[in-house]
Amino acid sequence: MTFINYAAREINCKIVYYGPGLCGKTTNLQYIYDRTNPAAKGKLISLATETDRTLFFDFLPLDLGTVRGFKTRFHLYTVPGQVFYDASRKLILKGVDGVVFVADSQEARMDANAESLQNLEKNLRDHGFDLATIPYVLQLNKRDLPTAIPADEMYRQLNYKGEPTFEATAPTGIGVFDTLKAVAKQVLMELRKK
Amino acid sequence: MTDFVLFDEEFQQIKEVIGRLKADAQAKVVFIVDKNGQQIAAQGDLESLDTTSLASLTAGNVAATDGLAKLIGEKEFPVLFHEGEKDNVYIAIVDQRVILVIIFDERSSLGLVRLRVRKATQDLERVFVAIQRKVEEEKERRQEGIDSPFAEITDEDIDSLFRE
Repeated sequence: MTFINYAAREINCKIVYYGPGLCGKTTNLQYIYDRTNPAAKGKLISLATETDRTLFFDFLPLDLGTVRGFKTRFHLYTVPGQVFYDASRKLILKGVDGVVFVADSQEARMDANAESLQNLEKNLRDHGFDLATIPYVLQLNKRDLPTAIPADEMYRQLNYKGEPTFEATAPTGIGVFDTLKAVAKQVLMELRKK
Repeated sequence: MTDFVLFDEEFQQIKEVIGRLKADAQAKVVFIVDKNGQQIAAQGDLESLDTTSLASLTAGNVAATDGLAKLIGEKEFPVLFHEGEKDNVYIAIVDQRVILVIIFDERSSLGLVRLRVRKATQDLERVFVAIQRKVEEEKERRQEGIDSPFAEITDEDIDSLFRE
């Protein structure tokens, strides 16, 4: 749900990074935070456990610039990936404008990817959203690992609706900004229809 | 899902209500956040505060507490209170949609804040009902063929956001 503030001339949008545990959602946000001009970003907040696993969410506010005289602000969130945090994960999807699904390329994680994607579809539905129509990007992360399965094989298994798909290695930033741009673009395009 | 839209007229009214609440409750800061974590308006000593983070964490807090309420069979917990050594945070849900946050110290008291919030909540509910009405009117106008200001966003506009 985009928040259009005519008084402050701002558009605020919410993007959620979803995916199985340890797939690199927080790493995506960390890279974006590290590489963004200080004037264009707020604090990166991580509600994590002592072992750095996301407990509730990570949050990063970003200013992208001005469109048609309106400042565009994106609030990026990650969800906790571990299966048993489903109640918290669902809360983060409230009012979402766009979703990035971060998939783990390792063969051993393919079942976890599929399970998480199903969970995303269900949790969106519970909030009244449809994965088939919401702005959505697929990121194939950890492409640098020797155990990564071929990208086209992953795409075959995880592609939902022909969404834009990017290969990524989040710690070095490969594919990170391409993913963000693709989802932000879809969210702004949606505004045009409203 | 309908977007949340805030127009200048109502924005001024909201600022006026929370400004009055801040004075009446002798609070340090009063702000309003929507349930998705977007800050709507704020009044008070904001210099030292990261209001964007505050808004997001408040919404997370309220969302988690809402989940908790449903688990035990309650509709919601309309009020949350966090007591600190110096500063306290009082959180109230307005119209089941927005969150009113009051930060206060020893110059005020929980009783005073609670009392003043009750009055302000009624005023705010009126403003949010008016906003809802306006949004619906706007939607009807659009159906009659009057476009939103965003209808003309071009690919070029969007690409320009991502140029280094």
